[in-house]
Amino acid sequence: MVVCALVRGAFRRYLALNLYMAISCGTSLVGYKILSIYGFDSKQYYFFYYQSHLLLTIALYFVLINLYLRVFDEMRADHLVRAGAVLLLLGTSIFSYAVVRQSEGRISSQFVVELSQNLYFVGVVLTYVLWGAMMKLRETRTRLIQLVLSLGIYFSMLAAEYALRNLYPSLTAVKTYLPPVVGCLLPLAWCYAFLKLSEDARLATARLGVLPR
Amino acid sequence: MIVAGLILVLSLVALLQFFASYCRSLIVASSREPLSIQARDVTGIVGMTAPGAEFPRFVQLLQLCPERPEDRGPVRAVCIYYRLLSTLRRLFSQLAPHLVLWADGERGRCAYFAAVVLDRRIAYSRNMFAQQMSE
Repeated sequence: MVVCALVRGAFRRYLALNLYMAISCGTSLVGYKILSIYGFDSKQYYFFYYQSHLLLTIALYFVLINLYLRVFDEMRADHLVRAGAVLLLLGTSIFSYAVVRQSEGRISSQFVVELSQNLYFVGVVLTYVLWGAMMKLRETRTRLIQLVLSLGIYFSMLAAEYALRNLYPSLTAVKTYLPPVVGCLLPLAWCYAFLKLSEDARLATARLGVLPR
Repeated sequence: MIVAGLILVLSLVALLQFFASYCRSLIVASSREPLSIQARDVTGIVGMTAPGAEFPRFVQLLQLCPERPEDRGPVRAVCIYYRLLSTLRRLFSQLAPHLVLWADGERGRCAYFAAVVLDRRIAYSRNMFAQQMSE
């Protein structure tokens, strides 16, 4: 995706998205290296997997905030958006810690799963609000519309996946097969948005509302 | 447990809505593209609309043409959207006729999208053939 953005000259314009993808790719490579050296059941891989996952979740949350800033750039509300984002992140972390503190055992991994689920759900809600605002403001930039919608799909799939993991911890198929499938969707959709759509492409958002009027 | 269940349900509802809007953004972009004469001959489309029931036939025709890698993802997404619309149409055929009408309109747009992709693939195949002939 980063290469696609570089080819189309959109790397700096969508810096947060590109940085997230570059970090995500780097993390996967380091994870693979740790896995091949120490093995799947090692403490090192366990620690790296959960901690990197949490950091990537928080990074994705900041990507969403960056998209907010992009949509509201003409309203000069950037300080409000940033303050709201930090407060929401702190609130979600405290809530997740409070939930996990009540249980015993592998507290750090459980905290990561709980926080990821909650952060992804906050991501779903925030993307939904952003999408609503884009419809209201009659946002017409096709590339931005597709970036936001694909992020919404990704967040909601991940939130559903983590909720399933919380509800049914023994369901191994959710852990094994769903993450790689879901993980491919966002880079593919963003690649398409960068490669196939120009920055000047416009679309009437009113035509994208789901329910018939 | 309750929180996780609630998150699951709400996330799935949001997923459906985001997915439908995403597919519509793909379809709307192609709805303004006029079809070439060759594509009109193959598909039988006269104006800028297509009957929804023709979508599976257009997808079969798409599979006969050499694939353009950039079309793969959008075509798959629209195929899933079409299946969702067909299911919705079947489920609500008696209960909500206006929803069925809306689903029919959407299925027609899906069919036109498939026709536009088919048109692009025909042009792509012709270009490839012309290049091979010139070499």
